[in-house]
Amino acid sequence: MTTTPRFTGENPVLKFDKLDVQFRTEFGTVHAVKGITLSVEPGEVMALVGESGSGKSVTATTALGLLPKTARIQGDTRVTDKSIGQLSGRQLRSLRGNRVAMVFQEPMTALNPVITVGEQLTEAMEVHGVAFGRDAWDRAVDLLNAVGIPNAERRAKQFPHELSGGMRQRVVIAMALACDPDVIIADEPTTALDVTVQAEILDLLRSLKDKLNTGILLITHNMGVVADMADNVAVMFKGTIVERGPVEQVLLQPQHPYTKRLLAAVPRLGEGHGQFGVAPNPVEPTAEAALDVRDLVVEYHRAGKKPFRAVDGVSFDVRRGEIVGLVGESGSGKSTIGRALLGLIPSKSGEVRVLDQNLLGLRGHELKSLRKRIGVIFQDPAASLNPRFPIGDVIAEPMSVHKVGNAKEREARVHELLDAVQLPRSVYNRYPHELSGGQRQRVSIARALSLSPDLLVADEPTSALDVSVQASVLAMFTELQREFGFACLFISHDLAVIDSLAHRVVVMQYGKIVEKGTREDVLLHPQEEYTRRLLAAAPVPDPIEQRERREARYELLKELGDEVVELDTRELDYDARGPRTES
Amino acid sequence: MTEPNNPAQLDQVHEAEYEIESMPDEVTTTDKSYSQGRLVLRRFLRHRGAMISLTFLILIALLAITSIGFGPIPGWWSKNHVDLYPIQEVGGAPTLTLWPFSIGEHPFGQSTIGKDYFALVMLGTQNSLAIAFTVGIAATIIGTLVGAAAGYFRGLAEAFLMRVTDLFIIIPTLVLAAVLGRMAGNVGGIFALAGMLALVSWTGLARLVRGEVLSLREREFVAAARAVGTSPWRIIVRHILPNALGTIIVNATLLISAAILVETALSYLGFGVRPPNTSLGLLISENQNALSTRPWLFWWPGVFIVAVALCVNFIGDGLRDAFDPRQQMD
Repeated sequence: MTTTPRFTGENPVLKFDKLDVQFRTEFGTVHAVKGITLSVEPGEVMALVGESGSGKSVTATTALGLLPKTARIQGDTRVTDKSIGQLSGRQLRSLRGNRVAMVFQEPMTALNPVITVGEQLTEAMEVHGVAFGRDAWDRAVDLLNAVGIPNAERRAKQFPHELSGGMRQRVVIAMALACDPDVIIADEPTTALDVTVQAEILDLLRSLKDKLNTGILLITHNMGVVADMADNVAVMFKGTIVERGPVEQVLLQPQHPYTKRLLAAVPRLGEGHGQFGVAPNPVEPTAEAALDVRDLVVEYHRAGKKPFRAVDGVSFDVRRGEIVGLVGESGSGKSTIGRALLGLIPSKSGEVRVLDQNLLGLRGHELKSLRKRIGVIFQDPAASLNPRFPIGDVIAEPMSVHKVGNAKEREARVHELLDAVQLPRSVYNRYPHELSGGQRQRVSIARALSLSPDLLVADEPTSALDVSVQASVLAMFTELQREFGFACLFISHDLAVIDSLAHRVVVMQYGKIVEKGTREDVLLHPQEEYTRRLLAAAPVPDPIEQRERREARYELLKELGDEVVELDTRELDYDARGPRTES
Repeated sequence: MTEPNNPAQLDQVHEAEYEIESMPDEVTTTDKSYSQGRLVLRRFLRHRGAMISLTFLILIALLAITSIGFGPIPGWWSKNHVDLYPIQEVGGAPTLTLWPFSIGEHPFGQSTIGKDYFALVMLGTQNSLAIAFTVGIAATIIGTLVGAAAGYFRGLAEAFLMRVTDLFIIIPTLVLAAVLGRMAGNVGGIFALAGMLALVSWTGLARLVRGEVLSLREREFVAAARAVGTSPWRIIVRHILPNALGTIIVNATLLISAAILVETALSYLGFGVRPPNTSLGLLISENQNALSTRPWLFWWPGVFIVAVALCVNFIGDGLRDAFDPRQQMD
């Protein structure tokens, strides 16, 4: 392990000096960033890690001079030798894209949907006078080639919606590279992407700093991404940097209690049950099935086209007291299955037997009484709680719909549930917007349990939460499952989360089941190619182990006949370029 | 949140300082709870333009109601809108003087035949306000119901309801209102007229509510409600409409100010309120020829129309900013 710093901070391309940002709001001043000092050198990846509200995105936005007018900024932000605070609007614009470029989290919203990707690339170049007309177009195609987009000539003429999520993020990276910036700010560049795509984008970013010597400020909450990419790490908490240092030091020997806590909260693939203190009870193999799905087919109708088969002949079961993890990437049909089980979308054929009643054949009153026995937790607690309902009403709503008990009994039950999900009873009269994300998800779990369901469908229940909150919610969830013994279909894209609590795992791709079996079999000894790719691509929060995993993944890709995507600078005339003309 | 085996908790000393999922401060320190409604109210009460307008509108309404009384209840103003009084000033000019302040016999002057113009304008204001608010409320109810049903049920129901809406939209409002107003005028007083006006002015709101419901019905809390087996009407009434309240209330105020103007236009054209009852529009219409000779007969009702319409619009602005602070200009 090397603890000697590879970057000394003497020649930074981006430097924050005692940066302090406050926002005026309706309820007083919010102190978002409290005097932090941070620098990025050429060829360095500095990871700024923190949870939501830590001020990491505000810090990054300052470097582009894009904060709203309500912000009060103190301290100095320098990009190369220019101080952001002293630049005029015009000078700032020439700096953006030219010296400092941004890679956004969500490529679909970062690209203009009505302009072809080629034109969007040339626009950036023409604005900054790098190239014009035909030259700019050729260079755009070269850039697309360089970031590993096949058929770049044709792709350049396409619109963003015609590209896949990974391709779109490559386009965003190509746009960031268009004017050869000194520093790139990547704000959660892989958060919206699937894990296999994430690995490819990280490969691309890594080769980019090696080959172009660009400095990268990587903002992320994902410790696996940090381990995979970063040279140095700064951990941010409530506006201050609590710990910083080389990646091996911070991730393997954290000093600060917050960093320790954060790292302990990251679910690790391969560590299995009990990572957060509670392990689910083992299930008897003879236990009866609470949910039995047979040959389920779900189709979406499209105007003027053949229906799209989102779920294609899927069969699996969940026994009483068992947690089955349903894993897959976006578009695999896992959430569609969840919604079909709840009867929210119609199924085309097949059987969904919940406690020996076929859900698909039921109507009206019988359907309603079966629904009483199924609970549901959705991904986004902010969206799944009615903002106009106080918490007590939110949790009691299923009971009043099914006319269970009187008002007094319901209230008693709500108090009981609040205790179970470890929320103070005083939240009874509060509204969802007054609670934090984790607390809201607890409310949503309490609501799901209010009718003591036999089956719980949890659709990505923790993926909208911060990692430390996720850990405590998962621990609580496991404990509740032990206590109440409900069967659970746990839908997630995160293999490590599934590893921490599922008894059995079902892996899906393109609407079909790729592999299913016990957790140990599927996650430790995968048989199918897709499962192996998926497991290989999931990063672990240990830089040394992650390096080995990366090598292993390259081996696997070679074995499967794929290439590792790297930045291909051959077409780009970066080296032939003369000295930069200052604008 | 205690998970004793959790390695994250080894460092108990700093537990409190770096508690990650801490309660938001206001939750632990006070018992006060702010619902969305209360937040909106708070922002509304801080909107200066809206508050001034609201005060002004209330004063106008109070003046109109207390001065000549309401229905059979007598007011503090000694004259009525029916009797003819001897002409005080030359040409029946207003006796109101600001310095020294004195109201005189007929502060707003007298009409061509000697009626007290103050009493007439007050009655007109009463009627115009009554019509405007009735139209606003009735049209809001119709529009909300149609829009919510169309947006939630989709399919045939939506097709039918929205085509009916289109049908109302393609007929020019004023023409339709004139025909209906004439019919209403034959049947009964101003509330029949208001009902007819409501029948022609709900369409815009229905479309807006439908759009709002279309997006709200895809939200996860609606999916969550459906998943436990909640009935469609319960979802609409309990879950969807309260969340569309902003759009509804803001547009209701706009409906009210539009109704004042439509009523004025109708009465001016002679299809609205009939004499001996009166409204601000009718007063202007009756006295349009007097503009050059006795301008006060034209100006007093005009000033009241503009004042009421402006106030309602400002209140609408304040409500919109309160419901959606992002639209506010800083």
